[in-house]
Amino acid sequence: MAENNVKIHVSHLKKSFGNLEVLKDVSVDVTQGEVVVVLGPSGSGKSTFLRCLNRLETITDGQVIVDGYDITDKKTDINKVRENIGMVFQHFNLFNNLNVMGNMILAPTELKKATKAEATANALKLLKRVGLLDKAEAYPSQLSGGQKQRVAIARALAMNPDILLFDEPTSALDPEMVGEVLQVMKQLASEGMTMVVVTHEIGFAREVASRVIFMEGGYIVEEGTPEEVLDHPKEARTIDFLSKVL
Amino acid sequence: MIRIITTYGGLLLTAMGQTLLLALCGLFFACILGLIFGLLSVLKNRVCNIVSIIFVDAIRGVPMIVLAFYIYFGMPALFNGLMGYNAVTLTALQAGTICLSLNCGAYMAEIIRAGIQSVDKGQMEAARSLGLPYWKAMYRVVLPQAIRTMIPSIINQFIITLKDTSILSVIGFPELVNTAKNVVANSFRTFEVWTIVAVMYLIIITVLSRVAKILERRLNRGRE
Repeated sequence: MAENNVKIHVSHLKKSFGNLEVLKDVSVDVTQGEVVVVLGPSGSGKSTFLRCLNRLETITDGQVIVDGYDITDKKTDINKVRENIGMVFQHFNLFNNLNVMGNMILAPTELKKATKAEATANALKLLKRVGLLDKAEAYPSQLSGGQKQRVAIARALAMNPDILLFDEPTSALDPEMVGEVLQVMKQLASEGMTMVVVTHEIGFAREVASRVIFMEGGYIVEEGTPEEVLDHPKEARTIDFLSKVL
Repeated sequence: MIRIITTYGGLLLTAMGQTLLLALCGLFFACILGLIFGLLSVLKNRVCNIVSIIFVDAIRGVPMIVLAFYIYFGMPALFNGLMGYNAVTLTALQAGTICLSLNCGAYMAEIIRAGIQSVDKGQMEAARSLGLPYWKAMYRVVLPQAIRTMIPSIINQFIITLKDTSILSVIGFPELVNTAKNVVANSFRTFEVWTIVAVMYLIIITVLSRVAKILERRLNRGRE
């Protein structure tokens, strides 16, 4: 694996909440353009793992290097690193006090990435891409779940990140809205975006993932291509999990 | 009654003006104190949290009349004892403002803390995940949402503070109650004078709370 191709390098990551050790020893590399799907039962630590990648959770031990920045190092300007890693949340987390356009241009303008005019033009382009050009003036409370999540993805893209993290992006959606969000994610994957996706959508994993990671009990139990992990799992726990969700 | 109004009306109106002046001074500094200590209590920093808790508990645990005596008589006495005669003197307005802003500030801090905590954690996380620093995220995303839920409590606190100015009659500030006492002493018309005073408070506070309601409705419009 060529070193300069590694976007995220995680080695011996540990994370505890008080006495509860959620991540026990996780090591993984994500290379440019890879779509890594993280599967696992609830409580397996997969969301915590994802949240450690942009340090929304403080890291107890181990090393996480993103884009060449060691984010476990206290001296690293985490805000600078985060500009380059977008995150999409289960509950969308659109800013309720701002309309769609306000959501899209807040970070780029506040962080002096773009003038207001540039940010607005870029936001319109992104909204068109996720099919919500007509919602630019709407407030989050006026949108459906699927629309909110597509805006959230567009908002993350507005910072022009190299990496996108998805934390169960379709888990809070009504079933008929899952498709529209997955569609946007598929499109991003095909354009070469580096993505780490925590999800329960096995179909998405099979179709889009370049690698599937199965986590349980704070460890990576099994990883490989979708065919290897989903169709020919070797570990008993993976087989057990898949038999319940498929 | 008519005679009381014509004779002492001007005096009582001036006193009402002093009451409002004191309330405004107190509220202004209370908002600043409330914001500072409210923010200290939500920071992820134990020392800041403890400082805020001590401030709020200390002020809430002391009756305002005691606080007023303490600031107006106690503090200058202490400093003068340490630094010599008349080193520190406070006017009744200064002492009253300090007293009101400390008292109201402590309650405001609690309102602001609760308001910020009522905003979903995900809002801050989303803002931070985009690379916004903590204070920018707080100022642009969390506080605007918190303020909307805080408004009814803040209005309530303003009204309480306005009424609490009457306690400061004990340190001789010429606000409404203090002036009314003098009027009673002069005229011996106890019932009439206190009726007039009560109606004056009632009118001011009713008008203020109506205005606040209209403001609140206007702020919330177009958001839902």
